[in-house]
Amino acid sequence: MDTVIELSNVTKTFKDFKINNVSFQIKKGFVTGFVGANGAGKSTVIKLIMNLLQPDSGEIRIFGLDYKTHEKEIKEHIAFVYDDHVFYENLTLNNMKKIIAPLYTNWDEELFKHYVIKFQLPLTKKLKTFSKGMLMKSSLAIALSHHAKLIIMDEPTAGLDPIFRREFLAILHELVEDEEKTIFFSTHITSDLEHIADYIVFLHDGKIQFVDELLTIDENFTLVKGSLDLLDRDIEKEFISLHKTELGFEGLAKDKKHIMSLFGNLAMYESASLEDIMFYTKKRSDTFATID
Amino acid sequence: MQIIISHNSKEPIYEQIVNQIKRNILAGTLAPGFALPSMRKMAKDLDVSVITTKRAFEELEKLNMIYSIVGKGSFVAEQSIEMMKERKKKMIEEQLTQAIVNSKELGISLEDVQELVALLYEEEV
Repeated sequence: MDTVIELSNVTKTFKDFKINNVSFQIKKGFVTGFVGANGAGKSTVIKLIMNLLQPDSGEIRIFGLDYKTHEKEIKEHIAFVYDDHVFYENLTLNNMKKIIAPLYTNWDEELFKHYVIKFQLPLTKKLKTFSKGMLMKSSLAIALSHHAKLIIMDEPTAGLDPIFRREFLAILHELVEDEEKTIFFSTHITSDLEHIADYIVFLHDGKIQFVDELLTIDENFTLVKGSLDLLDRDIEKEFISLHKTELGFEGLAKDKKHIMSLFGNLAMYESASLEDIMFYTKKRSDTFATID
Repeated sequence: MQIIISHNSKEPIYEQIVNQIKRNILAGTLAPGFALPSMRKMAKDLDVSVITTKRAFEELEKLNMIYSIVGKGSFVAEQSIEMMKERKKKMIEEQLTQAIVNSKELGISLEDVQELVALLYEEEV
């Protein structure tokens, strides 16, 4: 079983927003980053994956299983971490654990203690005294203590300081060292992904823009800079979108080889970050929205 | 084995890994049969994605510099190193021959060529 999460043509319509025919697969043993601007629908897709929402049409399978028939089995093996902590702030971490632990048949008390020590969490202080980073570590400690095979996180690093973000990435590296664990997490802090993500799922306006290896994305997308006289109507179509000023242009292209064959050494090429890709994709849809 | 990678380099990270391991193998620092750390361990230690080290290992396999056994890991290949050294030696011979031909054309003496080679050898890392 190499596919852990599989969405096929999933659609979910809200009053003013739609998850539109979304399909992708998440591979076992790898880290997949789920990116997209605020409001792209990332949290909605995660809720669909967690069965907190049900699709209007399409299919979602986790570990090859359907929620309709195997909900308990699926949930046993998922660790879910999200930024709205569901902790009762007047409880201590120890009390919180006592409530949550019995819900899982695979709860591993030793593993929980291991993470509590590793994350330097106080067990007997009330959760309302915890910092945001400590709350995230608490969520992680609890989520990781039932031997989950799939770890799903919604914006785990949002609002956290750079030091914690690094610690967090180191934890992820440790988790995927054994080939059994799969990590899927959303973020709009794309720099978090550069050191850890194997695959990227890019959601824009409720639709999948692409799903690919981060390495391949790095190899194919490129930022092109040059003087305006290089551009004409046809050539502009080669770009996802362009930013022009009096002094020149900068644009994003998704086929580096092709664009380099067009401009040769007349233009300058830089590697495009995920942030660049998000920015220019947004710009493209804004442009088309204006034309419509 | 030490691998130092730069996240700011133009050279892709997997290539940096490939080149450093290759250099170690060719220099004999990594002996045939040497067990490389697993790609997942290496990804963790280098703070890069698993796919990155996976790609590096695949490249090295393609070059016949390492081989992998499922469940056991990856090892420095035996024969290919000798072969590769031979190939490299042959390339050096050809390049030197070319340099000598050029030198003779210009009437540069053997001593002068040797001196130049010695100088460049010291300069070049």
